[in-house]
Amino acid sequence: MLIDWIHFTPWSALAGGMIIGIAAALFALLNGRIAGISGIVGGLFKVQTGDMGWRIAFVAGLVAAPLVWQLFHSLPTLQIDTGYGMLALAGLAVGIGTRYGSGCTSGHGVCGISRMSPRSIVATLVFMGTGFITVYLVRHMFGI
Amino acid sequence: MANITALLAGLIFGLGLILAGMANPAKVLAFLDIAGAWDPSLALVMGGAIAVGSIAFAVAGRRNRSYLGLPMHLPTARVIDKRLVLGSLAFGVGWGVAGICPGPALVLLGVGSSKGVVFVAAMLLGMGVFEILERSKSVDRPKMGRHV
Repeated sequence: MLIDWIHFTPWSALAGGMIIGIAAALFALLNGRIAGISGIVGGLFKVQTGDMGWRIAFVAGLVAAPLVWQLFHSLPTLQIDTGYGMLALAGLAVGIGTRYGSGCTSGHGVCGISRMSPRSIVATLVFMGTGFITVYLVRHMFGI
Repeated sequence: MANITALLAGLIFGLGLILAGMANPAKVLAFLDIAGAWDPSLALVMGGAIAVGSIAFAVAGRRNRSYLGLPMHLPTARVIDKRLVLGSLAFGVGWGVAGICPGPALVLLGVGSSKGVVFVAAMLLGMGVFEILERSKSVDRPKMGRHV
């Protein structure tokens, strides 16, 4: 294993992670809910349940984050190398997969593991394992 | 009030994603590429978030109502089933191809990146397909308990 020390950013990663944790903590303690992005967005499709307000508010906060960031600082590099076709397929898989799997990196990976939920631990191991394997296949087997 | 705190939580979450490097798909893919030049940063993102989250959920788990007086909606499902595993598998493949998961996707939408727009549109389409399949199924048989 070769560690890329040049791009390794331990302090901003740890601080950013803790800020994500604080957001999840606020949402659990104040709103009584899990800050799971796929669940929050997925719930927008169930118009009849009448809990649109907080879902739209949370999503608006997330979408506004880069705009608020830019009031104080220029944005760091946000680089997408994947082509449009593959991005569309990946987005489709992420959309269907996170709904069937009841969560994503935030709901299972952060909140679920924090709650020591066996379901979330399994889900996180599966999507991280599959993520590692997929990148291996894409980069080192097919060389895309 | 609940909508204001939801807006703030979403905003803080997004700022955390940007600072952590999670909103940069190239960095996420560098983390997932253990056979290449591996960037372990994102393990620390998870570690930092879980460290704070564990304390918060230990408190939240003992409460019947939130500090705003709202009912607690914490998941109760315990069954590890095929849906959980296969869904997470499909998510992992998509995440591995693009390096984007749902939170960062919405941040990239806010940046106005055209690739971010395409990803989010496809993701919403995928979620819509899930809803349609679920609804067509619930017509045939009574609705199963909600999983989270």
